[in-house]
Amino acid sequence: MAEPLLVVENLQTHFRTPDGINRAVDGVSFHVNAGETVAIVGESGCGKSVTSMSILRLIPEPPGKIAGSIRFQGRDLLKLSEPEMRSIRGNEISMIFQEPMTSLNPVLTIGRQIGETLRLHQGLSAKQAEDKAVEMLTLVGIPEPRRRVREYPHQLSGGMRQRVMIAIALACNPKLLIADEPTTALDVTIQAQILALMRDLKRTVGAAIVLITHDLGVVAEVAERVVVMYAGKKVEEAPVVELFNTPRHPYTQGLLGSMPKLGSSLTGTETRLAEIPGLVPSLKQKIPGCVFASRCPHATDLCVKVAPALEEKAPGHVAACHYALKEGAIAA
Amino acid sequence: MSTPLLDVQDLKKHFPIKGGFFGGTTGHVYAVDGVSFHINKGETLSLVGESGCGKSTVGKAVLQLFGITAGQVVLDGKRIDDMPAGSLRPMRRRMQVVFQDPFSSLNPRMRVRDILAEPIRNFGLARNGAELTEKVGKLMDTVRLPRDAVNRWPHEFSGGQRQRIGIARALAAEPDLIICDEAVSALDVSVKAQIVNLLQELQEQLGLALLFISHDLAIVEHMTHRVAVMYLGKIVEVAPKRSLFAAPKHPYTEALLSAVPVPMPGKARERIILKGDVPSPINPPTGCRFHTRCPYVFDRCRVEEPPLSAVPTALEAGHTAACHLHDLPAEKNPLAVAKGQALLDI
Amino acid sequence: MSSAVLSSAPPHDVAAAPPMGDVLPPVKPKKGFIGFLRRNPSIAIGGFLLLLILGIAVFAPLLWTVDPTALAPARRTREPSAMYWFGTDMLGRDVYSRVLYGARISLIVGFSVAFFSSIIGLTIGMVSGYIRWADSIIMRIMDGMMSIPSILLAIALMALTRGSVQNVILAITIAEIPRVSRLVRGVVLSLREQPYVDAAVAAGTRTPRIILRHILPNTMAPITVQATYVCGAAMITEAILSFIGAGTPPIIPSWGNIMAEGRALWQVKPYIVFFPAVFLSITVLAINLLGDGLRDALDPRMAKRV
Repeated sequence: MAEPLLVVENLQTHFRTPDGINRAVDGVSFHVNAGETVAIVGESGCGKSVTSMSILRLIPEPPGKIAGSIRFQGRDLLKLSEPEMRSIRGNEISMIFQEPMTSLNPVLTIGRQIGETLRLHQGLSAKQAEDKAVEMLTLVGIPEPRRRVREYPHQLSGGMRQRVMIAIALACNPKLLIADEPTTALDVTIQAQILALMRDLKRTVGAAIVLITHDLGVVAEVAERVVVMYAGKKVEEAPVVELFNTPRHPYTQGLLGSMPKLGSSLTGTETRLAEIPGLVPSLKQKIPGCVFASRCPHATDLCVKVAPALEEKAPGHVAACHYALKEGAIAA
Repeated sequence: MSTPLLDVQDLKKHFPIKGGFFGGTTGHVYAVDGVSFHINKGETLSLVGESGCGKSTVGKAVLQLFGITAGQVVLDGKRIDDMPAGSLRPMRRRMQVVFQDPFSSLNPRMRVRDILAEPIRNFGLARNGAELTEKVGKLMDTVRLPRDAVNRWPHEFSGGQRQRIGIARALAAEPDLIICDEAVSALDVSVKAQIVNLLQELQEQLGLALLFISHDLAIVEHMTHRVAVMYLGKIVEVAPKRSLFAAPKHPYTEALLSAVPVPMPGKARERIILKGDVPSPINPPTGCRFHTRCPYVFDRCRVEEPPLSAVPTALEAGHTAACHLHDLPAEKNPLAVAKGQALLDI
Repeated sequence: MSSAVLSSAPPHDVAAAPPMGDVLPPVKPKKGFIGFLRRNPSIAIGGFLLLLILGIAVFAPLLWTVDPTALAPARRTREPSAMYWFGTDMLGRDVYSRVLYGARISLIVGFSVAFFSSIIGLTIGMVSGYIRWADSIIMRIMDGMMSIPSILLAIALMALTRGSVQNVILAITIAEIPRVSRLVRGVVLSLREQPYVDAAVAAGTRTPRIILRHILPNTMAPITVQATYVCGAAMITEAILSFIGAGTPPIIPSWGNIMAEGRALWQVKPYIVFFPAVFLSITVLAINLLGDGLRDALDPRMAKRV
């Protein structure tokens, strides 16, 4: 079998801070197949955004340091020179950020910003670039694209700006799109528009997507496979339906239990929300055992002492928990 | 029927837009444009809507943080919006606020003890220093923070802990009504659950009324008794929770419900994806304010503004909506049937 | 979804994760004052230099100086030597002693201007930020004052009065007030929008107490940073005023005066100008470093960075 599009192995991204090393990402491995959508979920500070920035090597070094390997189409991105990396960013791998206002340049027209990457990476002329920009705006569902290419970001609404961001990201036909909280800053009706657009584009464009989000609802809407991160580690990974139906890691179970379900008043399933007690541990201290042990309702001495390995508990479903049963095993 | 705890009548708040060479007024932002609702003692009313719909402005107007343009705010039978500052101050004790951002809602230069003591001192709720200390300690117990943490500074706490301090400050005045302005929106999922549970317990124990301002429909459904949906400075629908979620009677509410992503993968829900964006509150559309995006729009909507009135096909009593569709015969009204199940896919 | 996928018994085969090394050398966190200085090198360097200059100013009589005003016509314009470390000027006065004593004037002027313009600017800015009708009047006056370069304003004010250290301080203070009050006004206006101020109003806090407990303490950080810059600017303005003869009376040794007197001999005896200039530069640099360091250290956003 051919190697997946992106293989991240044992990624460690640490930061030097005055009061210790911040192990923001500490030994994360996952892969993304061509055309596949993989979501990385977790709460703030779990390392999901740092992971995505590490893939594009957007981490300032120092104070940061990236180790491990990130193979994209067989090439280790961590071994590439900065010019080689630049030819990949925005071209073969592109990124959509959370804040559509600050990620667009306020003094350049929409057309220029879409065209810029095209002229840079594909050597198009100004005229060709503008035509392509109009084509991209049409693709992301912006009405009157001929007029819009000459407008500035402040003339667009939040949802429109995010569409423009997507247009810029897709302009060079990237093989991989990294979307970091792409809908978090948007209102729910606009979020629905953008998610529908992303689902459509996945069919038409065929780029693989790494979706970084804290919103399990968004994950359920667009992802095929899910990586759950906690305190800089991957704690669980599974196909999306499997993860939501049979979460095996107590943290994933806690996350799902702490979300109120829309429609609960109709089904009569209103219950007290499950809480995950306590706080995320500091990443500046080494944790010898399981990172979730301090908040886990099932934690034992073993969990505090020995860090659990990621084990395949069911086909395609791995979890890092001593007590998560393997499929077929009988609870004692 | 007893008087409601809070009664808001035709509340308007227009912010002038300053501009031009002489700094004159060049227009108005019609942030809140004629909003009426009431909250009973011990009840939770949620105010939902998207950013810019005016829901937070309603909260601040109720709190009398600025003067209102028109209308009235009546707290327990007393009209407070035209009260002089001196007589308003004791009324302020009865309604408190918890804000969204756990970082900017606490003064970084005050210790937790002083933050919690301020309302107690202002309203003379403690006779002496010992009683004050005891009350502050009790507040810390109530929000499940250790008592000795009162000597620490706000920046020493996490977001969730700071939100607990914000809740304790609101409780310090011993209010009847707490306005929660997106109080859990900025928190992580697991911490959000902790704070939601805390608010619910406090409401039960203390008989508090809550005005829960939020854009998160799942949390709202979990917390509330009744829901008011706002769009562009107006309330478009008010209903008891079950009635609203099972059978929304305004097209905007219906679209909102269908747009919320739910953590149930692989299911095909009936989706209503609204076209375009919310119009500017500086130039709101004529007629029904939702007509520019409404999937069921017809001629009357563009010229005549629908009043908020009782819907005959509603599931429960007290369900009102501002939509001309309900004047049509049932077979022509797409909102006559209960669609909640299909929208939420349950 | 329940814990049905979890077993309650300890697993028979414990699978331990492979151990993870660090990719960076260990950092030993420094606690307390030393740690603070290590995290804020600008404050450490600026503070050290400023303390050094302050020590020189205070202990000038003990630092092998002679009377800085003592004339010795016989020993005019001597080059720097073991006897006269910085040489002597055209009246035979010891430049070393004059520079050390001159530090007193610069520091007094700098600190006084920083102090008084902060206090007055704070008051004006507070009034302006809190009282609507006063704001437009005050800010138009401040705009008018700011349209005149502060050095020209100070020269004009000095022209109205007699040269003395007090008058120099007064003139520079007046010239610096608009900058400080504009800053305070801006800070007050943004603080008034803070949710904790709204919460305090809702909690029945009266306006004077809001100003005292919620607004004032939070203006201290930006005011302190601004004060350091004002202090540095005031020292330079004092030197310029003295240099053009509109400042400190020539009888008092100040760095500006020393440079003014050395100006005529600049091409032949550059050391007379050189030493006070170096001291002035180092002092202003120290104060600006301190200001930059304080700005970073007092900015709460910076404190929370990873």
